[in-house]
Amino acid sequence: MNTIAIDTDHSEPRDFLCLKEEHPHNGTLLGFWLYLMSDCFIFAALFACIAVFGTSYAGGPSARDVFDLPGLAVNTALLLISSVTFGFAMLEMARERKRAMLAWLAVSGVLAACFVGLEIHEFVTMIADGAGPGRSAFLSSFFTLVGTHGLHVTVGVLWLIVLMVQLGKHGLTEANRRRLMCLSMFWHFLDLVWVGVFSYVYLVGVLR
Amino acid sequence: MSHPSESALAHGTPHQGEHHDEHVNHGSLRSYLTGFTLAAVLTIIPFWLVMGHVLSSTLVTTLIVLGLAAAQIVVHVVYFLHLDTKSEKGWNMLAFIFTMVLVVIVLGASVWVMYNENANMMPMSPQYMNHQQGS
Repeated sequence: MNTIAIDTDHSEPRDFLCLKEEHPHNGTLLGFWLYLMSDCFIFAALFACIAVFGTSYAGGPSARDVFDLPGLAVNTALLLISSVTFGFAMLEMARERKRAMLAWLAVSGVLAACFVGLEIHEFVTMIADGAGPGRSAFLSSFFTLVGTHGLHVTVGVLWLIVLMVQLGKHGLTEANRRRLMCLSMFWHFLDLVWVGVFSYVYLVGVLR
Repeated sequence: MSHPSESALAHGTPHQGEHHDEHVNHGSLRSYLTGFTLAAVLTIIPFWLVMGHVLSSTLVTTLIVLGLAAAQIVVHVVYFLHLDTKSEKGWNMLAFIFTMVLVVIVLGASVWVMYNENANMMPMSPQYMNHQQGS
């Protein structure tokens, strides 16, 4: 009898393929990370539009005319602080302190909601001033990029609310931890994209 | 400054019956505060440069703003997203590097191609010409 034959009546299930291959234990976090990377491409394409159309004003208002930098500074601060408070929530999750975690999550959600509110206000003001997305290629690409980011943040806030209800009902279960880790990645990722938005679209935009 | 993944708080308390990935890294208070401080400084400098008209050359200001943005993105990736060579057995880092290479190609090539398209185009409309002179 060949000693290399597969040992079928081994009591424990064992890996008999790719014994040395390193794979993540739980694929969800890796899968979510890959989703974020694909999201990077969406934003990269929209940044490329801004890079190409950034000065195509079509006789309309320029970046200098429409951007409100003090308002942008407030928005940037809101998103950055909400990223850190979400991090604090994750630390409380690791320490099994559900109430503190929910409080930090609520703070993060409120800050992000304020961010979305200010952004909507900015958009409404711009459109009322005749600088809507239909005015020029520059404004089309601006509204598409910043709007896509804002939509992501809005979805993040909705996701956070749903997850907070879940956490309140079922507590810190394994599934809820996994979901929270995914949302945490999503949250920090959106703050990262915002760094590109405020630096390139707004700050470099007013210099062009 | 300790690396986030080395922190004692990184893994929390282990749970029975849970299958926590060994390399799940939630960071620590210190890593979040370090990241926040660095990110805040890297945000304030470009705002100050642009809003205060500190430098006379817009090209230099632009390059500094973009450089600081790149630095801040690294800060966010390391201190907030906790990307290191160990997360998900290195697959996260591999996917990230792959994505960044493609993003650089997409952005760089788009700008390059469209700049050349524009430069080699037929004479432009008067409207556009006015803006070229104005800027």
